Amino acid sequence: MPVQCSSCGQNRAALKRPKTGHSLCRSCFFWAFEEEVHHTIVSGRLFSRGETVGIGASGGKDSTVLAHVLKVLNERYDYGLKLLLLSVDEGITGYRDDSLETVKRNQQQYDLPLKIVSYEELYGWTMDAIVKQVGLKNNCTFCGVFRRQALDRGAMMLNVDKICTGHNADDVAETVLMNVLRGDIARLRRCTAISTASDGEGAIPRCKPLKYAYEKEIVLYAYFKKLDYFSTECIYSPNAYRGHARTFLKDLEAVRPSAIMDVIHSGENLSVREGVKMPVQGTCSRCGYISSQALGLPKLGIGKHHRLHGKILAQQPLTQEEERKLKAVDF
Amino acid sequence: IRVHCGRGVFRGGGSQTSCDSFEFHRGEPSWDMKQLLAWIRVNLLKERPELFVQGDTVRPGILVLINDADWELMGELEYQLQDQDNVVFISTLHGG
Ligand SMILES: [Zn+2]
Ligand SMILES: [Zn+2]
Repeated sequence: MPVQCSSCGQNRAALKRPKTGHSLCRSCFFWAFEEEVHHTIVSGRLFSRGETVGIGASGGKDSTVLAHVLKVLNERYDYGLKLLLLSVDEGITGYRDDSLETVKRNQQQYDLPLKIVSYEELYGWTMDAIVKQVGLKNNCTFCGVFRRQALDRGAMMLNVDKICTGHNADDVAETVLMNVLRGDIARLRRCTAISTASDGEGAIPRCKPLKYAYEKEIVLYAYFKKLDYFSTECIYSPNAYRGHARTFLKDLEAVRPSAIMDVIHSGENLSVREGVKMPVQGTCSRCGYISSQALGLPKLGIGKHHRLHGKILAQQPLTQEEERKLKAVDF
Repeated sequence: IRVHCGRGVFRGGGSQTSCDSFEFHRGEPSWDMKQLLAWIRVNLLKERPELFVQGDTVRPGILVLINDADWELMGELEYQLQDQDNVVFISTLHGG
């Protein structure tokens, strides 16, 4: 009854790979998973020798697996990278404080330096304080904007050349779908890019070495390797739109396992007709935040965050309409 | 039969139905996975069963391991549970 590993033929298979349908034993799976990430890194030219690479570490499964695999590959293939863990403390009691404990253990386990930057020290407020004022709407979006910037700031403090994040294939597919649904071509392009060059003052190049890794495999890699990770959903309102996109994709995947990769490839291959107006990224001169501005549209998108950030920084409550305006931002 | 539910399997969207692990004793006729899921649904998931089950199987995004092997290798719902089996549910749905 037990299925044998289709690769070595020796051991009992431990999983069926969603990507290939192959049945692999644990050690063949570990090897295949790591080699695929290596292939992604090499073919995408994600790193150069001598670089300092900050791994965006949340304590969750993706970034924990990313940190582990990068450390393994850096040694196995002598990338010559200096790796460190970079975490953001948004100030969410009962969620981020717990997950940061996990990151601190990872620091020990993987013997990597760790830097934690907090909203409190950077901006003077915590998410707890914001939620108290604003309530539970759109916090993810709001928080994501500031997390992105906080990672950049932390990386700058440590002279990091590149930041890599644990976004996996499922995440990228979700984001493709969301950007299609919103008609956001500019973000659609950016979200499928495996790496983004530094665009603007204060932004550090980013890459996603797990872009082609399926969530199922990441979870099983972490589980079989007994990696120490934190799995609780953020206590502040999850992004409902993303939740629907995710459920939809998972349902599709159940019928057609290649759905995730198909959506990513669709996103990568979409081209924009000549003459279609493309929003450009700009850097806010007042707070340094990178924002998208609609080019050629009369003032429509321009005020998106500018009118708000004075209020935000002053910790004033936002109206519902203002919250809605903050909605369309990067994940 | 030992059943273990990873953290977060029954959580999400505010549901706090908690389940850690439990021992399970069933005489014959032995159950298959389908019956186990139905039992869990009725007995453990009073609040929001849709977070765990969808139709008569687990919600997409929840991984099932039987004796540390992917249940997709074991016949999924048709798998006949045996004494000493170890069933683990892991959610992939949150935590990055
Ligand atoms: Zn093998
Ligand atoms: Zn600003």
